[in-house]
Amino acid sequence: MFGLALLLVAVLWELYKWVGPEDGGTVFGLAILPRTSDYAMPHVWDMLARYAQPERRGFPTPIISTVASGAWFSLRLALAGFAMGTLVGLGLAIVMARFKVIERGLLPYLVVSQTVPLIALAPLVVSWGGKLHLGAFEWPRWLSAAVLGAFLAFFPVAVGTLKGLTSAPPAALELMDSYAASWRQTLFKLRFPAAVPYLVPALRLGATASVVGVVVAEISTGLAGGIGRLIIEYAREATADPAKVYTAVFGAAALGLLMAGMVATADLMLMRNRPREIVE
Amino acid sequence: MNRSPRALALLVLPPVVFGIAFLALWEAAVNVFDFQPYFLPAPSSIWQQFLENTRLIWDASKVSGTNALVGLLAGTVLGIALSFVLGRFRLLNELVTPLAIALNAVPIFVLVAVFNNMFSITSEVPRRLMVTLVVDFIVLVNVTRGLREVGAIQLELMRSYAASEVAILRKVRVPNAVPYLFTALKIAAPAAVITAFVSEYFGGSQNGLGSRIVSSIAISKNAAAWAYVLGACLVGLAFYVTAVSLERVATPGGVGRTDRDGA
Amino acid sequence: MSAAVEVRDVSKVFNAGRPNAVQALVDMDLTIEPGEFVSLIGPSGCGKSTALRLIANLLEPTSGQVLMNGKPARKARLDQDYGMAFQQAGLFDWRTVAKNVELPLELKGWDKAKRRTRALEMLDLVKLGDFADHFPWQLSGGMQQRVAIGRALAAHPPLLLMDEPFGALDEMTREHMQAELLRICGETSTTVVFVTHSIPEAVYLSTRVIVMSPRPGRITDVIDVDLGPRRGLETREAVAFFKKITEVREALRGIETSDIA
Repeated sequence: MFGLALLLVAVLWELYKWVGPEDGGTVFGLAILPRTSDYAMPHVWDMLARYAQPERRGFPTPIISTVASGAWFSLRLALAGFAMGTLVGLGLAIVMARFKVIERGLLPYLVVSQTVPLIALAPLVVSWGGKLHLGAFEWPRWLSAAVLGAFLAFFPVAVGTLKGLTSAPPAALELMDSYAASWRQTLFKLRFPAAVPYLVPALRLGATASVVGVVVAEISTGLAGGIGRLIIEYAREATADPAKVYTAVFGAAALGLLMAGMVATADLMLMRNRPREIVE
Repeated sequence: MNRSPRALALLVLPPVVFGIAFLALWEAAVNVFDFQPYFLPAPSSIWQQFLENTRLIWDASKVSGTNALVGLLAGTVLGIALSFVLGRFRLLNELVTPLAIALNAVPIFVLVAVFNNMFSITSEVPRRLMVTLVVDFIVLVNVTRGLREVGAIQLELMRSYAASEVAILRKVRVPNAVPYLFTALKIAAPAAVITAFVSEYFGGSQNGLGSRIVSSIAISKNAAAWAYVLGACLVGLAFYVTAVSLERVATPGGVGRTDRDGA
Repeated sequence: MSAAVEVRDVSKVFNAGRPNAVQALVDMDLTIEPGEFVSLIGPSGCGKSTALRLIANLLEPTSGQVLMNGKPARKARLDQDYGMAFQQAGLFDWRTVAKNVELPLELKGWDKAKRRTRALEMLDLVKLGDFADHFPWQLSGGMQQRVAIGRALAAHPPLLLMDEPFGALDEMTREHMQAELLRICGETSTTVVFVTHSIPEAVYLSTRVIVMSPRPGRITDVIDVDLGPRRGLETREAVAFFKKITEVREALRGIETSDIA
């Protein structure tokens, strides 16, 4: 089905390219029709064919391997960022579920924190990291990117987990009360299992958010080796080699899909035993 | 909507207290550790920059904010329309849903890069389009659930009235979906603002807040950059508060589920 | 030997001091001896569920004292001196039937093998031994409720508190469950406090029926039930059974008429 949908998109793309105005157009005076020249919208087959060609004329390896290694670099960073972000998000959710005061005080700021543009945070994180010397530990440059990935990932995880932790039915909470169960026991035996349907979409959002954070960080801190750098480089050559940037772009897309896919697989394994609908 | 003064205080006080404490700590840390401005500016200097550049910040906020708003409105309308259409035509649903999920797993900047290529360099359309996509997905997912997850008992009742599908839609499904719409808006409003900013990092017109922040940092005017960041946060907050207020106004009986603000 | 449950002069007011204050229970005095089966019966709002929750220390009395086994109710709850069953079985979807029964034992820190043995024991007791590794949603309502009873008795508490546990079941299953409950409690010598809406249920199960009335919630009648060991159909169709039911009904009617007047 998904393949079919992709095919449909490709068909629509080419169709529009065929009928659409060369320099973009207007609908009721609004300039919302994209340009259809080969520069603005390369043919689908051109984009696919580009993968087989090398990065620069005369280089031996096809661009697909360059893009793949860039994607691999960013993937590892995104995973690190996702792991950190999940830890922080879970921790925050537990604290907020435990102390309603903290939830009321902190949650608005967590929401607002996400509107702080990564561009502003990135140099900050880099320079702080540079100043950090814990014994023999030196802050590697890639860690800043991972941290920024974590920054975008922690929020959906925190919010979704909080929703899940507080979703336990009152009857079940009463039962745990009758067992004189401590808050910690109730957390592990009731709240967490009950939260799983909420956790899964939250984790999926966190995974893809981590990719965004990492790539934006790569671009704004100039970190080499990842797919962000490739996108920027290739974008500069868009007029000369329009299909090139799309190779990197699709690579990044694949990265996001991969992360989301991993979460979905983990979900399938976790939800084996339950006839429950996923809650978004 | 009756909120006793005590309840109101309980709602507003903690964030205010937290905020003030945080700012105080920040200011103190900058002074005690003698941080350089390029490292971490003090809240006081950021505020100063904010006051000096208010006009510029306001202009940039208008650009980014408008993008976010246009995308929010377009995305909401599109999301609602799509949820009706997809609910009606199962085949379309099967086709579109995996595409929508995949599209949302793709990092934002990827699509923005593609869009930037497709439109003129001064156009704000790529950003608005991006916001529309993001908002559309959020609204679609939630409203579809709202339309679909109607109690079996209600459906049985309507069938006993020999009600048509359209009548069921109007009288049962749509009212059921309204709280879901507002849940979606609470998520989508901040998301729209964030998306609008993120879309500005990757080229295109340079009038929005995101671009200003980048340029300020490029010329080492950190306090000014953070002043723009403050503007960005205010825009985000405004959107969020509006969404929450709309929800309170539109569902006077209170939201009936275990809902949480900001969730 | 101290009484299993002692309720001394207990009152409970909800939302005290505010305009929507409710006097749920007033001046309740009740002593339950070990081995008794006591039912609380009455119309809605008579405070029977509130009384049960006060005994379970899920609520604190506004005035008065609740003792269990000679201890204050709070200590009894912390010591886990009772088991409780609610109207909804309240099993955890993500645990197997056996693991659900193990829940109170886990909280008490029993080791794995001991827990498993006891859980299987209890499931055998409620005649669900074959379903140990099934999941709750694979069981019918009646079966789920039996699991819940097994869970409530897993730690062999001396006291069992039940809040209309058979309310959601059909009549046939209900009668069957009543017989099972008596058998189980007989085998484990458990004292039971049972809240119900159903007159025949109260009479069939109890050694004493406490009739309560609303506005404010209070005890209006205590009726001793002396039908000897229950023998299913034989008991249910005996004249003495019907006479007792009539006695309880009239005690309840007495409330109704005074309420209307």
